[in-house]
Amino acid sequence: MGLFDFLRGSPKQTASIAKERLRIIVAQERSARGSPDYLPLLRRELLEVIRKYVNVDQEAVDIQVKRDGDHEVLDLTVTLPDKSSAAAAAAAAAREG
Amino acid sequence: MTEFIVVTSGKGGVGKTTSSASVAVGLAKRGKKVAVIDFDVGLRNLDLIMGCERRVVYDFVNVIHQECTLKQALIKDKRYDNLHVLAASQTRDKEALTKDGVERVLNELKDEGFDYVVCDSPAGIEKGAFLAMYFADRAIVVVNPEVSSVRDSDRILGLLSSKTRRAETGAEPVVQHLLLTRYNPTRVAAGDMMSIDDVKEILGIEVLGVIPESEGVLAASNAGVPVILDDTSNAGHAYDDAVARLLGDVRPMRFLDAPKKGILSRLFGS
Repeated sequence: MGLFDFLRGSPKQTASIAKERLRIIVAQERSARGSPDYLPLLRRELLEVIRKYVNVDQEAVDIQVKRDGDHEVLDLTVTLPDKSSAAAAAAAAAREG
Repeated sequence: MTEFIVVTSGKGGVGKTTSSASVAVGLAKRGKKVAVIDFDVGLRNLDLIMGCERRVVYDFVNVIHQECTLKQALIKDKRYDNLHVLAASQTRDKEALTKDGVERVLNELKDEGFDYVVCDSPAGIEKGAFLAMYFADRAIVVVNPEVSSVRDSDRILGLLSSKTRRAETGAEPVVQHLLLTRYNPTRVAAGDMMSIDDVKEILGIEVLGVIPESEGVLAASNAGVPVILDDTSNAGHAYDDAVARLLGDVRPMRFLDAPKKGILSRLFGS
């Protein structure tokens, strides 16, 4: 970098940003790799069914296909909201409804 | 024993054909019997890079459809008797390639006693790219130190370990290498380009070679002489190192440091 570049102020170093973004997206894509194509739709429909009964948010349903010896296991985790916030949400929904 | 090597990348324009040509010439230079095949049906280019575009009579698709013999379609290189080029078809669509047809041609090359068959993959992950990698024993994944190229390479690495004959039959997995091209040490030093270590860390596989960004590459393709034959070009030397490593040599990486600047260019920028 030359003297005049220095006077202009140095540009932000972008290689480290690239590396960080890639690290995250590559890890995410690797974990999704090899899982069945129907998982995203299954996740969406499950979320709709659960929402009929419990007020959960978008991120509450996590589905993964795991290997256990010779067979595959569909691992489903639903995070329920804690009682107080669920009650508050239900009350809000009731008021609106 | 014939080894099938696919040169692939996912992303276009990263240097697959340049690398295929130089790797094929590098192997032939060392006395190996080599065929290099252009899988990019409809967008033939390897013939230009190899400098044999005016000698193409029959192509890969003609051989697959048994419109000529393999011998008739193989173009013997003018520099090395033991190097042959099989051009892609310029007129057909990419559906013209079939798995059985490709397998038959590769088996015939094996029977002819070729040591190496270099398969130059088209960009993308469609049929041509799939067939170029399907029978591979070894893969050279060409990658630029740039976000979209690195991400696409990771996708290709995933396909190599699931959608190849070796993966499907449970044989030893395809040997995978990274070949970093268009590497600019000055920009790496300035923090504007990911380094070899960054790319290696993200993708998690070994680097076969680093090809510096070089004017020699364009000059070589202009002339139809693969850049590995250019003794004055750093890119040529870097390809030669990569081929030596492919054959088991241990060589240190060269051309990774930014050239030293004089006092004037330090003051005024380059």
